[in-house]
Order: sequence, then C-alpha cells, then structure tokens
Amino acid sequence: METVIAVHDLKKTFKPKGRKGLEVKALEGISFEVARGEFFGLLGPNGAGKTTTIGILTTRVRPTGGVAQIEGIDVAVDPVSVKRLIGVVPQVNNLDRSLTAKEILLFHTEYFGVAKQERERHAKELLERFELSDRADEKVNGFSGGMVQRLKIARALMHDPALLFLDEPTTGLDPQSRRAMWDLLSELNTKGLTILLTTHYMEEADQLCGRIAIIDHGKLLSLDSPAQLKRSVPGGYLIELQVRGGGHEPVLNGLRSLPGVVEIKADHDRVRIYADRVEGLLANAMRLASEQNVMVTDAHVSEPSLENLFLHLTGRSLRE
Amino acid sequence: MTAFIALLHRDLRVVRREILSFLLRVVLNPLLFTFIFGFVMPRMGIIQRGYTDMLLPGILGLSMTLSSMQAVSLPLVIDFGWSKEIEDRLLAPISIVGVGFEKIIVGVIQAIIAGIVVLPLGWLLMRVHLNLTLTDAIHFVLVALLSSWLFAAFGMVVGTVVSPQQISLVFTVLLAPMIFFGCAYYPWATLHVIPWFQYAVLINPLVYANEGFRLALTPQMPHMSSWLVYAALVGFSAFFTWAGLRKFESRALD
Repeated sequence: METVIAVHDLKKTFKPKGRKGLEVKALEGISFEVARGEFFGLLGPNGAGKTTTIGILTTRVRPTGGVAQIEGIDVAVDPVSVKRLIGVVPQVNNLDRSLTAKEILLFHTEYFGVAKQERERHAKELLERFELSDRADEKVNGFSGGMVQRLKIARALMHDPALLFLDEPTTGLDPQSRRAMWDLLSELNTKGLTILLTTHYMEEADQLCGRIAIIDHGKLLSLDSPAQLKRSVPGGYLIELQVRGGGHEPVLNGLRSLPGVVEIKADHDRVRIYADRVEGLLANAMRLASEQNVMVTDAHVSEPSLENLFLHLTGRSLRE
Repeated sequence: MTAFIALLHRDLRVVRREILSFLLRVVLNPLLFTFIFGFVMPRMGIIQRGYTDMLLPGILGLSMTLSSMQAVSLPLVIDFGWSKEIEDRLLAPISIVGVGFEKIIVGVIQAIIAGIVVLPLGWLLMRVHLNLTLTDAIHFVLVALLSSWLFAAFGMVVGTVVSPQQISLVFTVLLAPMIFFGCAYYPWATLHVIPWFQYAVLINPLVYANEGFRLALTPQMPHMSSWLVYAALVGFSAFFTWAGLRKFESRALD
C-alpha cells in the first residue's frame, strides 16, 4: 500500500502569548501512517490534539518536533507544494463573507490556477451536487449550518485534491444533515479520495472510518480498524455500577469470581465490570452488593463499542 | 504568481462591489475640509486665500495614506480577531508572506484610486494653481507610490497587532495625533516657531508623505528637502513592511 500521510513522533507545544499563561503540550509524539484511498479517523475528546494534528498536516500549525509528510513532502519544509495536494475543511466557518457561494468556489480554484472554463464547469457541478444551486448567487451570511458545511466541502474539492482533511465536519449539525454528510463522505471515499477526519463522535468514526487512531492528551492510545478496536476491549461488554460510599473491596473480590467477568476497574464510587457475556451477570452483581451492604444507585450495561474502549484506555468517557 | 494574481483579483472584485461606500469614505472628508477651509473661511476673512495652496497637498496626502492604511488594517483586524476568514486565503498555494504582500499591494491600489478621485476634486474646489513640470510629475508619482506603500505596510502592523476591541482606541489615540501632527494643514518649515515641536513631529511618518506631496505639487511653498522626504519614506516603508509581514506570518501560523 502506498503511504500518502506519514506522521512520525509529531510534537507541538503552544507557548503562551503573553508573559502569563502556561505552555500547552498539545501533541507529545504521535506517529501514524495513512495509505492511499483510506478513510482514516482521529477520535478523541475535545482538547485531545486532533485539531493540532490536522493543523500541522494542512500547514497552518508549525510542529515543535517530529516530521509530518504528505506524499513524501515535509509539510514544514515545503508548505506551498503540500497545499496544492490537499483539500481542507476546517472546523470554523472561514468562508469568504464578501463573496457569493459560487464566487467562493470560482476564486478558490483561481488561486490554484485552474482554467476559467474548467472552474465554471466544476463549480456548477458541485453546487448542484451539494444542493446549493438555488443559493449560488447569495453571500453566505444567511446560510444554515448544513449549507455552510456543504459549501466548505465543495470548496475543498474544487481543485481536485488527492487528500481531503475534515476537522469535526458534523459538529453542530442536526441528525438528518449529519446522516447526509456521512453518505457524501463515504461516496467520496469510495471514488478513491483519501480522507482524514477528526471527530469526537464514536458513531461517526465507527460508521465511516476504515482505521481509527484514538488520541487523548496529545498521545496516541490505540490504532486499528473499528472492529478490531472494539474487540480489544476486555470481554467486550461493560457493566457500570454507581455505588454509594467506599468500602466495597469485598464486593470487588466477589465480582471477580463471577462467571464471564474478565476485568474489574474501580474508583471510589464507580465499578466497571468488563465481561464476555452479560446474561445473569447484573443480577449476580446486585446480589453480591446487597449481601455486603453496598448500595448501588445506578447500573448500566453496554455492548462492545469504541466508547467502552476509550473508557477502558483513559478511565474517562468521550462525552465528559 | 498565479495565486498572487488570483488573490489580487478577488480583493479588487470586493473593492469594486463596495465602490460606493469606498468613494464616500474617501471623498467626504476632503470635501468637507475643502469646503470649510478653502471656501467658507477665506470668505469670512479668517484665513488668507493662499492657504488653500498649502492645504491641497496635505488633503491629498491624508486621503491616500489613510485609504491604504484602512484598506489593509481593518480587514486584518476582523479576520484575525473574529471571523478567521483569512484561513480561506491561506489555503491558496502561496507562501504566507506572499499573501501578506498581496494585501499591501491592494492597499496601494486603493490609495491610488483615492488619489485619482481626490486630486482633481481638491484642485477644482480650491482653485490651486498647479504648474507641474516633468520633475514635479516624477516627484509626484514617486511620493504617491512610496507613501501609499508606507501606510499599507503600517496598516499591516496595526491590523496584526490590534484586537477588534481596541480598534476605536487606535483611531482616537494613534490616528488623531498622527493626522494633527502630520503637517497636513501646515508646512513643516513653518513649525520653526516652536523648535521642540518641529523636531518632535519627525517621528511621524505622515509628515514625510505630506511634505513629499508639497514638494511635488506646490514647490513654490516651503517644503522639506527631497532627500529627507525620500530617505524617510523608504526607511519607514522598509521597516513597516518587515515588521508587518513578520507579525502577519506569526498571526497566520500557530
């Protein structure tokens, strides 16, 4: 497989702008590779380092250490050549507010030196495809979140990039628009476009990506296909118990000996039971707790998921 | 180069679209000034009729320099401080410094448009006797280009340093003194009556722009020597271009 994105030991520390403020270590040595045609996801909570990684790969952020290459070109050494190869859909709405939707597409390709006729043809085609034709001659101020997002993607595709970068493309979209966006991105990938996307929605990563890198606090925790990642959660199933007060050590020992239990993790008011099956387990766990006079205030059973994996790796929920 | 020209094309399209508000901004101030100082006050006998000869270069200088400065600084303040729209331009296959240079050129072009509108207007209203020789004309073109460049670059420094919240402060604290101490309404040479003030205003780059226009348009009036005008215009331009592009790059990249 031909590697198109190569990231090796990438580090980024943001220095405080003023005298006050702290240094922020956004990336602490991340490495991964993406092959041509892949749909690759960076999954992690807000502040994990996803946007910084995409920022470096799209030449907007200077790395403090390590190397990032696009098609063999070092992004820090030759950013202009890299910009020719990539399409970028940033998280913020950076559409040109002085121009109409159609002009945004036309000027964007003019920056890339595409011939006039070709620009017109491609803009018309993309506006139609992204259902923006009837608003093509309007400025973008009144556009809905979904329209803005579609126009940002259209702009990124106007110069026929080899790679597409999307930073949290469905944040703030309603479920229907999100579903439509997923279909669109899958279709683009099927046609051969290499896509790197960041998200903090597990369903999104699970649904779209061929491989996912889970990152948190600037470190890469795990990298594999969604199916493999889910399988790597001990047992797969997770039973979470909310307990009142401490002193539940005897309960934990009891739980470990229950059939099906693979691993137990506990902090002062929460017990996580990883198991390879759940039948009867919850009832047994509740019985054990009640025998030891430990009060369970909440219980939750979940199937194998990336959320469980993230929880297992970091002890925190992605949603926290 | 293709990207550079395309960026220029985009900016000029936007200027053309907003041409009415642009003209209003450029024309109104000199028009009011010319009316009061060139028409009303001489008729009242408060100021001498010849004062308009002193005034025309200053009015032109102010219009051109402020146009180029605003053209560069205001969009940058909004882009960096609020809309982040600049990232759209930064995706173009051109270096960051290239994008910055293009902004300066747009400022210069807007200043030239302002000059083309204001010069005949002021000349007609004030009835200044212009008697341009070839040397004067060359001086005029050089001073016009250098002053526009200087203030476009200065606009880049202001636009990359100032936050949107501070922009009104810049107009009152920085711009107002620059205009009043900029030798727009009086020739620098006449300041010899207050020697400390005459030397203090030399830190103001606007002085050299206005004196330069005086040198070119009304050489019969007192004006600064040409070598000082050019040395200062080139020096300030180089400094602000360097500082502005450097700051632009550091704001554009994280």
